[in-house]
Amino acid sequence: MAGHIVPKRTYVAVWITLMILTAVTAAVSRIDLRHASAAVALIIATTKALLVILFFMGVKYVSQRMTIVMIVAAFFWLGILLVLSMLDYVSQAWR
Amino acid sequence: MATAAVQTAERENYLNTEYGIKSWLLTTDHKRIALLYLIAITFFFFIGGFFALLIRLELLTPAGDLVQADTYNKLFTMHGQVMIFFFLIPAVPAVLGNFLIPIMIGAKDLAFPRINLLSWYLLMVGGTLMMYTILTGGVDTGWTFYTPLSTAFLNTHVVAAALAIFVAGFSSILTGLNFIVTIHRMRAPGMTWSRLPLFVWANYATSIIQILGTPVLAISLVLVALDRAFRFGFFDPQRGGDPLLFQHLFWFYSHPAVYIMILPGMGVVSEVVTCFSRKRIFGYKFMALALIAIAVLGFLVWAHHMFVAGISLYAGLAFSLLSYFVAVPSAIKVFNWTATMYKGSISYDTPMLYAFGFVGLFTMGGVTGLFLAALGIDVHVTDTYFVVAHFHYIMVGGMVIAYLAGLHFWWPKISGRMYPEGWGNLAALIIFVGFNLTFFPQFVLGYLGMPRRYWQYKPEFQVLNVLSTAGATILAVGYLMPMIYFLWSMRYGKPAPDNPWAAAGLEWTTPSPPPTFNFDETPVVTWEAYNYDQIKEVPVER
Amino acid sequence: MSDSPMVVTHDEVNPALRHHFADLEQQREASEFGMWVFLATEIMFFGGLFLAYMVYRYLYYSAWVAGSEAMDFWWGTINTAVLICSSLTMALAVRSAQVGQRKLLVMFLIVTMLLGCVFLGIKAVEYQGHWKEHQFPGLNFHFEGPDPQHVELFFCLYWGMTGFHALHMVIGVVLVSIIAFFGWRGRYGPEYYNPVENTGLYWHFVDIVWIYLYPLLYLISHQHSH
Repeated sequence: MAGHIVPKRTYVAVWITLMILTAVTAAVSRIDLRHASAAVALIIATTKALLVILFFMGVKYVSQRMTIVMIVAAFFWLGILLVLSMLDYVSQAWR
Repeated sequence: MATAAVQTAERENYLNTEYGIKSWLLTTDHKRIALLYLIAITFFFFIGGFFALLIRLELLTPAGDLVQADTYNKLFTMHGQVMIFFFLIPAVPAVLGNFLIPIMIGAKDLAFPRINLLSWYLLMVGGTLMMYTILTGGVDTGWTFYTPLSTAFLNTHVVAAALAIFVAGFSSILTGLNFIVTIHRMRAPGMTWSRLPLFVWANYATSIIQILGTPVLAISLVLVALDRAFRFGFFDPQRGGDPLLFQHLFWFYSHPAVYIMILPGMGVVSEVVTCFSRKRIFGYKFMALALIAIAVLGFLVWAHHMFVAGISLYAGLAFSLLSYFVAVPSAIKVFNWTATMYKGSISYDTPMLYAFGFVGLFTMGGVTGLFLAALGIDVHVTDTYFVVAHFHYIMVGGMVIAYLAGLHFWWPKISGRMYPEGWGNLAALIIFVGFNLTFFPQFVLGYLGMPRRYWQYKPEFQVLNVLSTAGATILAVGYLMPMIYFLWSMRYGKPAPDNPWAAAGLEWTTPSPPPTFNFDETPVVTWEAYNYDQIKEVPVER
Repeated sequence: MSDSPMVVTHDEVNPALRHHFADLEQQREASEFGMWVFLATEIMFFGGLFLAYMVYRYLYYSAWVAGSEAMDFWWGTINTAVLICSSLTMALAVRSAQVGQRKLLVMFLIVTMLLGCVFLGIKAVEYQGHWKEHQFPGLNFHFEGPDPQHVELFFCLYWGMTGFHALHMVIGVVLVSIIAFFGWRGRYGPEYYNPVENTGLYWHFVDIVWIYLYPLLYLISHQHSH
């Protein structure tokens, strides 16, 4: 049979949360948080992304474990690209 | 066996089930698509080989007297681009993998047959763009497209070449996607992961690299195109950009790409070595895990191509150390192939001759890679012929030879015909001799200081260069021979039985050639891979 | 999975079942898994752009602040909201297919399409504004302020990242319209709705890319620069 059917109210609740988080991140960007600004913005963005992935994309209810493995692997590989490359740039300044 | 031969000729199979160009160009049968790929990559091999011949002709003499310097730059650029993107990367996966993987796992086709056909068309589109680039003046950036040379200083068809490779890249991505889903979801009952032939494991590991690495190449090429077309400054120091960023993005794919090229060949070698030693593979689990380890670790070493480009010393140290790690699983595989042969009942059929060649030549190429991973040595030999020899030992001595091993091994299955064994042996020998004569002198040349990508050189290097060119002509003869006798065999070769080698594997339980849907009934697997201790058949008399 | 599809003779088999699959469940699983594998490739594709962004933001932070200040905060925020709404309607569309509500399916898909077009329209307005302000690198760039070369680089990333995102949006709108057409024709139902689900996954992915682009391009701290 088909995949899990999510109740409409779950989708609406997620939507409301996403809208609120968008407002929060917009508002927070006006405040001077110095070095924490980037981290806060990225944490909020990641929370929103996770909500979309888990609920709108159905990953919370997905039946195949390999799907989860694939998603985690993709982000991990992105991490390899970003981290190892930045290692070079950051360490250029070390002497 | 006479009745079997008659039955083979009359029995409906994937080749004779439908005739006409439309039935081929619109096919979704993975076996027909494999043959479409075979024709395409053979054509591109000729093109790439033609450029190689011109390069070696120029290098017969120290002076630059055959072609102009700019032309020479085009020759080595297009030799590399065509060979890598239009021959080596598709070769084993798209020809042998496409043909065999569904049959080896007991399925009727790949998971997405129409996407499989799309993959072939994408390679054709990319190849056409590449031919257009070649015929309208070519490109001379080096296959590596380094910036800002490629973005700000050249007037050749950089964007066209980049687009050709971009499109071919998506062909590769879709093939990898298809294989991963197929191997996960379409295995027959009883075909567990630990019973899969290593050829399947090898293509699986390759597919992981294809889907995670190739997109980064795609975006690098797009950014080069933007820099050129709109005068953006992603990689141009004069516009605020960093050339090293291009190299990070480019090599993030292009290093794992070499594992895309070699892993399927390793899969072929495992199949051939077991069959012609009449033995199970030594250390199946380690062989499978080594394939995955190579695929994963291969993503962590890319900046070893950038040791002298301006990366930080600390990055250099990290990438050098990681490069040593990636050699370990490859070494494990070489030891295990050797251990498989030990006390085996060896026969010297053509596929096995190629397999022997692979094990030796890949080892040489691999250990010279370790030399290059050492920072100190790399500073001395980077951008010399030492590097050229290193990667040709792996790509030609390893990969091309493995591809020929696979073509010969599965030719009876694919075509329903046997190739002439005597000619096969001779060609293998000629290729082995020609290969070593071509590329061993290049190790010496590189160590002595001859730079790569130069169209003239100091007179004291001439003897070695002449030897290398002599080897290249011998190699060319060796390559022509299989092309001729494979074609000959399609008409005049002895009809092949279902299992001429008495080999293990589901593909050998189907007729030669197989019917369109591979199996009349889905097989149920109850035996382990390489069960040579249980197989009662004997190889056919040759 | 031991049933052989070749043995099937009764005509209750869904015409959507392709011959090389044993049953619709295997086909659905392959389709879902395959779509995620494809999205993994898209993550790596955009990943290259994110690396470029990260490297240059690290090297030239003040230019990034200056560039971000030139962005239209309100258009960016509105567009983010528009995309989030479109993700809701897309999810509801998939759900409609799952429960066999054909009319709702088509309606939600059309609304999703319209919201996507609103997004693209707003981007067009923004792009036009940037062009007028001489903020297109290479062709007409002019910046009155410190470090114009690296501010131009910021705009290379801005146009490149939002441009590729917009291209994916266009493809998404086309896909949704195709699915809406076939959905109206009754092709999808509780037993088979793989293309609807896959289009949904694609749409949500493109939304997630924007969820990151928004703070990275529009919200870089306005208050200070190192």
